[in-house]
Amino acid sequence: MAGIAIEKLVKRYGTTQVVHGIDLTIEDGEFVVFVGPSGCGKSTTLRMIAGLEDINDGTISIGDRIVNRLEPKERNIAMVFQNYAIYPHMSVAENIAFGLYTAKLDKAQKRKRVEEVAEVLGLTPLLERRPSALSGGQRQRVAIGRAMVRDPAVFLFDEPLSNLDAQLRAQMRLEIKRLHQRLGTTIVFVTHDQVEAMTLADRIVVMRDGHILQVGAPMELYEKPADVFTARFIGSPTMNVVPAKATAEAGRSALQLGEAPIAWPAALPEDVLVGVRPQELRVLGQGEGADLVLSGTVAVVEPLGPETFVHVEAEGGLLLASASAKNPPAVGSAVRLGSPASALRLFDAKSERAL
Amino acid sequence: MTGSSLMHRFAPGRVIVWLLLLAGGLLMLTPLLFMFSTSLKDSADIYDLRLIPAAPTLDNYKTVLSDGRFLRWFWNSLAIATIVTLSNVFFDSLVGYTLAKFQFRGRYLVFLAILSTLMIPTEMLVIPWYVMAKNFGWLDSYWGIMFPGMMTAFGTFLMKQFFETVPNDFLEAARVDGLNEFAIFWRIALPLVTPALSALAIFTFLSNWTAFIWPLIVTTSKELYTLPVGLASFAVESQIQWELIMTGAALATIPTLTVFLLLQRYIVRGVVLAGLKG
Repeated sequence: MAGIAIEKLVKRYGTTQVVHGIDLTIEDGEFVVFVGPSGCGKSTTLRMIAGLEDINDGTISIGDRIVNRLEPKERNIAMVFQNYAIYPHMSVAENIAFGLYTAKLDKAQKRKRVEEVAEVLGLTPLLERRPSALSGGQRQRVAIGRAMVRDPAVFLFDEPLSNLDAQLRAQMRLEIKRLHQRLGTTIVFVTHDQVEAMTLADRIVVMRDGHILQVGAPMELYEKPADVFTARFIGSPTMNVVPAKATAEAGRSALQLGEAPIAWPAALPEDVLVGVRPQELRVLGQGEGADLVLSGTVAVVEPLGPETFVHVEAEGGLLLASASAKNPPAVGSAVRLGSPASALRLFDAKSERAL
Repeated sequence: MTGSSLMHRFAPGRVIVWLLLLAGGLLMLTPLLFMFSTSLKDSADIYDLRLIPAAPTLDNYKTVLSDGRFLRWFWNSLAIATIVTLSNVFFDSLVGYTLAKFQFRGRYLVFLAILSTLMIPTEMLVIPWYVMAKNFGWLDSYWGIMFPGMMTAFGTFLMKQFFETVPNDFLEAARVDGLNEFAIFWRIALPLVTPALSALAIFTFLSNWTAFIWPLIVTTSKELYTLPVGLASFAVESQIQWELIMTGAALATIPTLTVFLLLQRYIVRGVVLAGLKG
């Protein structure tokens, strides 16, 4: 097992720079998830850790070795790819054993290792099958098995669940999490799915345009996003963000949004963005009040079983709020939405950084 | 069978298509049938144009097979076609793989240069090949017959197109697993393009089995003749013994027919894949 240290890492394709000197330390045994939209540099960074992309500047260390110039096979890593990359012309057993290609083990020892891994992943009855006879989830398990069999210092996962349906994805997520708890190996996992990031990670690394925007534990990112992008990216459904004006009178700040100004304990710039999560913006009942109250008309109702979300045309645009699952408002009805001041996240309108 | 499906089956358009296909099929089959028919006739009956011989005999086959020359030519053709096929399967794939999967300066230029040779007809290449063979001392040798076909632009092009469809993830997974670049080609990439490989092997074998002009030009010793050249020499020697020529030709079709019957599926797929050569 080993930690990973990334220092001032740069990647360029021709004149286009796609990773801009990022720094990151991943502790030994940590499960770190890189998350961000397509083209944010997360997969490129992972591939540089794997040795599948050259590094233009900066260093990557695995354990106490700088690995910049080492071949992938010399880095003691194993990687699971998005489309599984299990070899279609080999059986499950051969595929898993392929992870031991360079291992100095005799046939019987290799077979034993393959059987152990197959046992852990529930692949024992499938060992002689060809990949074409496996379901998507089973294929992904074979790919994980091939990575596991080598007992690597670091596991790298490049969007491994993207090709699976929602139900299977949830199941595989659980399996990967349990696998990490069992093995305790360092894992770097790339995804564009924030639910995967939230559920799997010890720490999440949010990336955008080749920069790291924020690194932190899932709940830390959820509750204290460093900027509007992270605030909207982390958490489902997406956080509402509405522009507002702030005023200061006699040294006291107030937020001019909704039915009444909201007193704010800290100094604020004139233009701010107010973020409020749909779960914390509720449809108010008759006579009910809140720190922030916004009025609007219901455009769409989305019942989800335990809760119902409503899209409301209100001041600041289309807002998503939660409503009673039993008595949701009708489409077209006028509603008042309310949220406590403690649930509001404020950002500078210019820099979009948290205030 | 319902009335509507019968109607559909015998729709005028379909009947016309069937008739055209039948006519085309017969047109192609007739010479073959006459070849087999003549091979079963006595020398006195060969100008009797009945398809079914009046007195069928296997004497011609006995004569041809007992003639040492025929067997020699047969084995020459078989050996040459096999070696050239193996060489093409290996080298065309290797170059095709390199052009498809490696980024290097001049890659596009190399590919264009290879592709441009597809535009030069064999007839134009025969003279430079001959000069080359003469200067290297390869005239009248097996290597002299084989060297122009050991690698082909068509094969390289076909394999390159196919390797491009192999996802890079497979190759990268193998790289992470610790395989060297040749092992990645040999153990991972090559098995993934088996359909293209089969098509290439079939085309190369068949075109070399039937090759005539170049083996005729480059060889002078009869023991180095390939089967088509040998059969042609049968025809020009003393009097023309059509029944023996037809018997030789019938025997020569055996490997072709075997390859076709065994690998029909791949040939059809290969023609579709290659898209330009049949």
